Amino acid sequence: MTDASSRPRAVYYFATCLVDLFYPEAGLSGIRLLQREGLRVVFPRGQSCCGQPAYNSGYAGEAREVARAQLRRFPGEEPVVVPSGSCAGMIRRHYPGLFAGDPDEGVARAFAGRVVELTEFLVGVLGVRLADRGSPVRVTWHPSCHALRECGVDREPTELLAQLANVTVTPLARDKECCGFGGTFAVRHPAISGAMADDKAAAVEESGAGILLSGDAGCLMNVGGRLAARGSRVATRHLAEFLWERTRER
Amino acid sequence: MSAEPRPPDFRRASAAALADGQLRANFRRAMDGLTSKRAAQFADPVEWRDLRALGAAIRARTLVRLPEHLARLEARCRENGIAVRWAETTGEANAIVLEILRRHGATRVVKGKSMVSEEMHLNDFLERNGIESLESDLGEYIIQLDGETPSHIIMPAIHKNRGQIAKLFGRRIRDAEYTEDVDALTAIARRVLRRKFFEADAGISGVNFAVAETGTLCLVENEGNGRMSTHVPPVHIALMGIEKVVPRLEDVPPLYSLLTRSATAQPITTYFNMIGGPRGPGEKDGPREVHLVILDNGRSRMHADPALQATLRCIRCGACMNHCPVYARVGGHAYEAVYPGPIGKLVTPQTEGVDRRADLLEASSLCGACGEVCPVGIPIPELIVRLRTEAAAPGGTSAVLGRGGARHRLESLAWRVWSAVLSRPRLYRAAALAATRLGRLVPAGLPPLSAWTRFRSAPRPARRSMQELADEEGIPDA
Repeated sequence: MTDASSRPRAVYYFATCLVDLFYPEAGLSGIRLLQREGLRVVFPRGQSCCGQPAYNSGYAGEAREVARAQLRRFPGEEPVVVPSGSCAGMIRRHYPGLFAGDPDEGVARAFAGRVVELTEFLVGVLGVRLADRGSPVRVTWHPSCHALRECGVDREPTELLAQLANVTVTPLARDKECCGFGGTFAVRHPAISGAMADDKAAAVEESGAGILLSGDAGCLMNVGGRLAARGSRVATRHLAEFLWERTRER
Repeated sequence: MSAEPRPPDFRRASAAALADGQLRANFRRAMDGLTSKRAAQFADPVEWRDLRALGAAIRARTLVRLPEHLARLEARCRENGIAVRWAETTGEANAIVLEILRRHGATRVVKGKSMVSEEMHLNDFLERNGIESLESDLGEYIIQLDGETPSHIIMPAIHKNRGQIAKLFGRRIRDAEYTEDVDALTAIARRVLRRKFFEADAGISGVNFAVAETGTLCLVENEGNGRMSTHVPPVHIALMGIEKVVPRLEDVPPLYSLLTRSATAQPITTYFNMIGGPRGPGEKDGPREVHLVILDNGRSRMHADPALQATLRCIRCGACMNHCPVYARVGGHAYEAVYPGPIGKLVTPQTEGVDRRADLLEASSLCGACGEVCPVGIPIPELIVRLRTEAAAPGGTSAVLGRGGARHRLESLAWRVWSAVLSRPRLYRAAALAATRLGRLVPAGLPPLSAWTRFRSAPRPARRSMQELADEEGIPDA
């Protein structure tokens, strides 16, 4: 990770495939949050996916080629900010092993060392101070398993939310239990995944929050999809988009 | 194996479990209790980190020189008067046990809790050979009464609630008055078992730690039945897997502490038995003979792979299953395996073949809760991915049983196409364009989307990708 004392002037942005295709506003919001801190944000086009779906399915070779394509899009030494704990975790924790013995092993290791999850970067490197411009709202926070357990991102998102004066974060029962997404798990074991998603959706409804926030698109798509299927009125939002919407100058 | 009428199928078994509201409620309540109590045991994160690192190190370094430690254990046990026998398969282990029992003309056996005996299906084997084998651990006794197998490695009857146990006792135990009072139910079981300890011709137990330097067999328990089973009958047979050895006596306290706090959230158990050999001259109690059967049953194969070797670090605490969101919802029986839950997803496919039990390997969201709580640092999610990779391998050889046997042509083709598109920037952008323009037209009723929409609204791509929007806004590309 980047040394917190030496604030970089420019960063790369790896949006992830789910954000690119399903949550573009969340991705752009992340860039705007970084730009507002005076950073030049480079967003290389043609970037796609960290490779996790194939890697977790046991197709390491196929994952490696997709991963290699990403290595080529991010030359240099600037930090690579990722608005997803799951994809950041994949790169940080698994690229070194994925490229073990490969000619690109050194590049992959260096890349893994440059990757920082968005909230980790906002809090740990930039030390942002947010001014809330929104009206009072109750939200609840879903920490993604991979942000928590692969990236060690735990307090950063709640620290950012705590800076927003008009936002009340209501506790979520069993908040650290998986929502049932798990990538291809959701379609390989739909019944179990569905039961997990249903329990999570029920907990979200019981929390009394109007909005469910998360830092991972996969979880949002899963729990949001279940909430919608239950006819719930709770909205889902990526944390980056929520933070930007509430703090932007209009 | 192929002679079995129907192969295990986690998908079907878990669907049945999910539909059983009582079962789900029983597990959820039990798991919630266990996880919160365990968290209180490890409230100090620094103490947890240090103790776990020590436990992981002890187990890892033991495994590196496993043959040496086992040879030492055998030698010390023999010096202590414990007869040691080796079994490569469960069939061999059963034959050894039967031979010892036959030599003593034993017809009645009491058992302490032992997961290795579950691997051996020992009770069935002994019954078929005319020997009564009675489980004396309360949980094991309950499920034996009901003709079931354990649904949890520490709490074998955890799938049953108080009312279900009360009904079972009323039905199966003569003269048992119907009661749902836990203490009264325990007293009924105690009354039956107490007599059996003194009637038994032999006692059979597991082993939690076998100390190589002293030849001591350590047994961790709460009910005293372990001590009774190993101490009262004239012959004691202890069963262990090859991984249960620890080099030194001083290795036991940290592992014992990790075990009891992780398993049942107890700082220490009621009983900790250290068996040093049979009754000595002039001693007034203890068995006349102590036998130790050391079982392999696929463990050497796990040991042969440097990464998968970590599977053998397991001290059988069950914390991984207590924290598993899949296990909490389907319970232990759905796995149709001796070891359910996350550790079972490592043990069972390696023992039975990654091709045969690919269903278990797929049944994980890789949330990482198991790896987080494992007291000996087994990287369970990483090893599940490793075994998935073995199952889907296109060829080559490895120590893993069933390698490549679960590779599906259609799936491997799909990943090749996926990889070809996502590793080529221009092709990816073309695909993204197609997905954002046409993605909403994909019918939600067709697989794999239909699996998703059974429980959730269909995900629909944005009308324009982020990369398109970034082009418009002039966000730097390089």
